[in-house]
Amino acid sequence: MPGPEVIGVSGLRKSYGAVPVLHGVDLHVGRGEIFALLGPNGAGKTTTQEILTGFSSRSAGSVSVLGEDPAGAGSRWRARIGIVPQDMGSFDQLTVKEVVSHFASLYPDPLPVGSVIERTGLGGKANERTSRLSGGQRRRLDIALGIVGRPELVFLDEPTTGLDPQARRGTWDLIRALAADGTTVMLTTHYLDEVEVLCDRVAILLRGKVAEQGAPADIGGRAHGEAVIEFQAEGPLRGAELPTVQQVGASLGRAEGQVRIGTAAPAATLRVLLEWSARLGSFDLPGLTVTRPTLEDVYLRMIAADAATPASEPELEHVA
Amino acid sequence: MTGGTETTALEYRSESRTPERWAPSIGRVAAARAGIELRSYFRNRQAVVFTFALPLVLLLIFGAIYSGNAPGTHTPMKQVLIAGIIASGIMSTTFSSLAVAIAVERDDGTLRRLAATPMSPVSYFLGKVAQAFVTGVLETVVLLAVGVGLFGLHLPDTGARWFTFVWVVVLGIVACSFLGIAYSRVAPNARAAAPVVQLPYLGLQLISGVFFVFTSLPGFMQVIAGCFPLKWMAQGLRSAFLSDSFQQSEAAGSWEHGRTALVLGGWCLAGLLLCLATFKWGRAKK
Repeated sequence: MPGPEVIGVSGLRKSYGAVPVLHGVDLHVGRGEIFALLGPNGAGKTTTQEILTGFSSRSAGSVSVLGEDPAGAGSRWRARIGIVPQDMGSFDQLTVKEVVSHFASLYPDPLPVGSVIERTGLGGKANERTSRLSGGQRRRLDIALGIVGRPELVFLDEPTTGLDPQARRGTWDLIRALAADGTTVMLTTHYLDEVEVLCDRVAILLRGKVAEQGAPADIGGRAHGEAVIEFQAEGPLRGAELPTVQQVGASLGRAEGQVRIGTAAPAATLRVLLEWSARLGSFDLPGLTVTRPTLEDVYLRMIAADAATPASEPELEHVA
Repeated sequence: MTGGTETTALEYRSESRTPERWAPSIGRVAAARAGIELRSYFRNRQAVVFTFALPLVLLLIFGAIYSGNAPGTHTPMKQVLIAGIIASGIMSTTFSSLAVAIAVERDDGTLRRLAATPMSPVSYFLGKVAQAFVTGVLETVVLLAVGVGLFGLHLPDTGARWFTFVWVVVLGIVACSFLGIAYSRVAPNARAAAPVVQLPYLGLQLISGVFFVFTSLPGFMQVIAGCFPLKWMAQGLRSAFLSDSFQQSEAAGSWEHGRTALVLGGWCLAGLLLCLATFKWGRAKK
């Protein structure tokens, strides 16, 4: 967490009646961070955001957002945060410019309406009725309404869902621009590539608990975890006995000429393999790839491991 | 991974923030809301046409059915009808329209979107009431024009009658608007809104002396209708338009201006309190 704390959550619990939704969530987000809340449907992402934005009360725990408790916080606090919900509401009869101007008029110190419209890529649509916008343009209007009040902290609920690849990149650039200016961004998403390229840190929420929290590259021990080397055993390599690479901590597998080696020391293992193939007269390993587990691999493994854990056991085993 | 991208400046620098600047006043925001509400309302042409057409069509149908004077009076039944339908038109453009519109806004996320801003719910109420006020007055003018043009209605002929007309319309619009905002809570979702609103609207129209001479209705209906604003709005408007001799056909044998003002004023206050007590803006309380 680089800057001073903007969001501090500890021991957050929430039950709807007898049904517990959050079982002790801890989150810390610093100023200027882009922080993602990732998790399967029903894990508690939206509930957490609702509590942080003051739309839902909590059952237990402490929550501080911009130094205040969101439950019962006043308009002065509201003027400092921006919210981009999934459901924008309808302003069908109004133009883009009218809606953005109207929202600007609700804040004490709004951004210039023209620059917000321009920056969200709606410049050509300023005088268009919002009912005639495409799904992606509507989503960008949502974002425009969320930032026009010049917030210090923006909550985005699935900001790029339904956008085409170009519009997604535009939205990412916009979010980066906000963060570069010192705005803190908290978003929920289902897209792992979004987390990977956009976010400084991510918290993975599984069944109402933070299973892991950290930089996307470190999640699940990815940076130091096992890599996988794969290649085709062709030509002189076909059927040849593989070298003993066990001493560098690798495990072997082969099927139909495809060799797959899991190793904690990919460089050392590769050196052994290259010497082996050179000895056999092949100066290449056809189809060679060396991969680390993607965030998606790690994430899916975490979900699978969580599903295998009985619900009564609150602690999640470290998986990767 | 935030750094390094060529990010166009948004003139956003947090340092330029002016924390002392306080939010726009409730009044200023309410005025902005009223502007937005009116623009949205009148751009929805079909909704406008049909909302305004309904009381007009009722007026034309019942105007064609009724002929001659109200029983035992020298007052044409058509004129009794117009006074009632103006009252009913006000209830339709304020109570019914607002209750349905807010139920829809609650359902489609508009309300929540607004609740996420620093805006006070009071500004939201006032914007709605302002919009209902303009449409209620317009509806009244249209019905009045048709009444004068087609049914020989006489406009109030004294300053005192004009004054009665104005305060009855104003109190009626305000009371029905607040009640519409509060009543929107009864509809669980947008699709249920229309039937939920139709029941009190149609029911009160039939028992409040809109289509029939009030005193010709069964006693228990008169008692129930007397508890709600529509009966008093219709009676107040009759007092502004009809000959004083019609007073003999009123429930109390007089126009009861004092009681009318008291009941309508009471409903304005009760409506406002109901709004504040029941309106769900969506924000969590401590």
